[in-house]
Amino acid sequence: MALMQISEPGSRVSNTNQKKRAIGIDLGTTNSLVGFRAQNETIIINDDFGNVLVPSIVHFPLEGKYLVGKSAEIFRESDPKNTVASVKRLLGRGAEDVVEQPLSYPYELDLSDERFLKIRTRRGSFSPVEISSEILKHLQNKAQSFLEEQVDGVVITVPAYFDEAQRQATKDSATLAGMNVLRLLNEPTAAAIAYGLDNNEEETIAVYDLGGGTFDISILRIVKGVFEVLATGGDASLGGDDFDFAIADWISESLSLKIGKNTNLQASVLSTARIAKEKLSNPSNHDDVNIEFMSKTLTLTREKFSKLTELLVRRTIKACRRTVRDAGIGFEEIDNVLLVGGSSRNFNVRKEVKKLFGIDPKYDLDPDKVVALGAALQADVLIGNKGANDSLLLDVIPLSLGLETMGGLVEKIIPRNATIPISKSQEFTTFKDGQTAMKLHILQGERELVSDCRSLAHFELRGIPPMVAGSAKISVSFRVDADGLLGVEAQELSSGKKTSISIKPSFGLTEEEITRMLRDSFEKAEIDHEQRLLTESQVEADRLIHDIQGALEQDGENVLDEQEIKMLQLNIKDLKVVREQSADRNLLVNLTEKLMKSSETFAERRMNFSIKKALSGKSLDEVET
Amino acid sequence: MSITITSNAKDHLKRSVSERNKGLGVRLGVKRTGCSGLAYLMEFVDVLSDEDEVYQFDELKLVVDKKSLIYLKGTQLDYVKDGLNEGFEFTNPNVKNECGCGESFHV
Repeated sequence: MALMQISEPGSRVSNTNQKKRAIGIDLGTTNSLVGFRAQNETIIINDDFGNVLVPSIVHFPLEGKYLVGKSAEIFRESDPKNTVASVKRLLGRGAEDVVEQPLSYPYELDLSDERFLKIRTRRGSFSPVEISSEILKHLQNKAQSFLEEQVDGVVITVPAYFDEAQRQATKDSATLAGMNVLRLLNEPTAAAIAYGLDNNEEETIAVYDLGGGTFDISILRIVKGVFEVLATGGDASLGGDDFDFAIADWISESLSLKIGKNTNLQASVLSTARIAKEKLSNPSNHDDVNIEFMSKTLTLTREKFSKLTELLVRRTIKACRRTVRDAGIGFEEIDNVLLVGGSSRNFNVRKEVKKLFGIDPKYDLDPDKVVALGAALQADVLIGNKGANDSLLLDVIPLSLGLETMGGLVEKIIPRNATIPISKSQEFTTFKDGQTAMKLHILQGERELVSDCRSLAHFELRGIPPMVAGSAKISVSFRVDADGLLGVEAQELSSGKKTSISIKPSFGLTEEEITRMLRDSFEKAEIDHEQRLLTESQVEADRLIHDIQGALEQDGENVLDEQEIKMLQLNIKDLKVVREQSADRNLLVNLTEKLMKSSETFAERRMNFSIKKALSGKSLDEVET
Repeated sequence: MSITITSNAKDHLKRSVSERNKGLGVRLGVKRTGCSGLAYLMEFVDVLSDEDEVYQFDELKLVVDKKSLIYLKGTQLDYVKDGLNEGFEFTNPNVKNECGCGESFHV
């Protein structure tokens, strides 16, 4: 028995080693939020004044750092040209998109480059991506100073309505901010996760998301934690901002204001309108609102407000109807309706949504926070912190993934039903002396033998420094990312040489095939186990025969007499015959042991011989150095 | 208690942990080596995982994951000096045979 020493940890499963920190960001048109998953709750980070909402506004002052959030909002009225709000509307948009949609922005657009729209400020022209990235940086800093630790990854939500260009622009903003984007998550999916609906067996939900600048209606089907988007619809240019515009128009009309190009006046009318809207949307308020503007007073009644916003709400309801039809289901099939986004507080919205779907919509989670809550939960799962109790089952590996080892056996690295993403590594070694390459065969399945599993890929690791069999250390790591993509990397630890491959393991496998492979593995478990033991013994016998034959060729005649050599060769022959012709494991094991025993003297003498050889003819000084 | 340690082993483990000056204790385990067979594993523990069982010997924590425990039940851990060599020795009743060098075993 060899004596053991304690070693440093490291070669074991890598994803359980350290808790990583990931944050979720709801990058909104009007407001953004950032949250994270703590031990037992999800926390949305607030500022010193208790506000969780960070206005998605960037201000470019004369000099010094750009301002983001509340400190930028202050300048919205006094310096609208250098204060950029609602930039999300411009993300991934070209100049022509904006010309077609002549919405009033209080800041100047730079349309000189047709493909890339920019915003002209006193500090230069900036693309929407650059401005978004300032907001993201601000949110990340906020999280890092709150958590007092580095953030390893981030999930950012986007409207389901976003096209590829807009998604890419969002990702670019994050990359520019130096973030590691784990995933872009659709806002309705985030909302459903926040409500815990992903734990239900089967459910169809509608998510009505009326934010500052976008309206989304999404129909999702959730089956055992897996989300399927049945249909999405909405309007990428309709939101609370438009409610503000509608009220602002009414104010300027009633007071006969001539706004024209007066951006200062426009901005102050807008913010007056917003304050009035927020007061009216507060569920505890049942009164009319008085608006004071330029020393005149106006009364905005609830009826008037309803009327002003009626068209906008009706547009959302129409979009809902269309989307449910697109989903190919009836309204009665929808189990839950979630209200998301600050503007869904509008009493008109609740009333109309209830009327349309025929059920009470859910709004018990703060509609402003709900998307960020879901993003934070998802971020925590994606970074690999799966608690035993609160693990979100998003996607699992249907069959185990493993590697072929000597004798055609399968060594499983990632077990079936492991939630993804996951990463695991294991060390392997060489089988023969001086082996410089290793063939890696990646397999999928539950059976013990390579021939019973599904082959996914082959690749080779070359350039292993020649060493005695068993002393090279080759670390093979399997990684399955959130999209189900398997990456395998093999690295020889002393030389650092590595090679890798990536595969889509679920490709081409149907549900029936998976079921069949699973059933087989149970039915044949015992045969497989026997086969595995037999193969292991065979591999052991092969190795012993190989070693002793090699040693005999090299030193046999130097240390053994003819009789002894004959004896050994006889034992080898016996073992070989059984190895080739019999499936009797016990016999094989016995003969292997016998050969091992009979070679002990040989091994001893050989050792002495080689020491003698190394020492003879040398002075003591030479040997010691 | 399914794993026992001799006082020699305990003293040495304690010393090793305090010399390292960080971590929770020492992990005992079993891993598959290369192509066939099992081998013991001994390493310091920085983080516990859900599968771990913890055994307390005075202030010393020994950590064994549940899968390894199957192979280690009844094992006695000793610390021995053998000529110039010294180290930990596992006496494991589950072992049916060992390979020549004693590094790997079968159950």
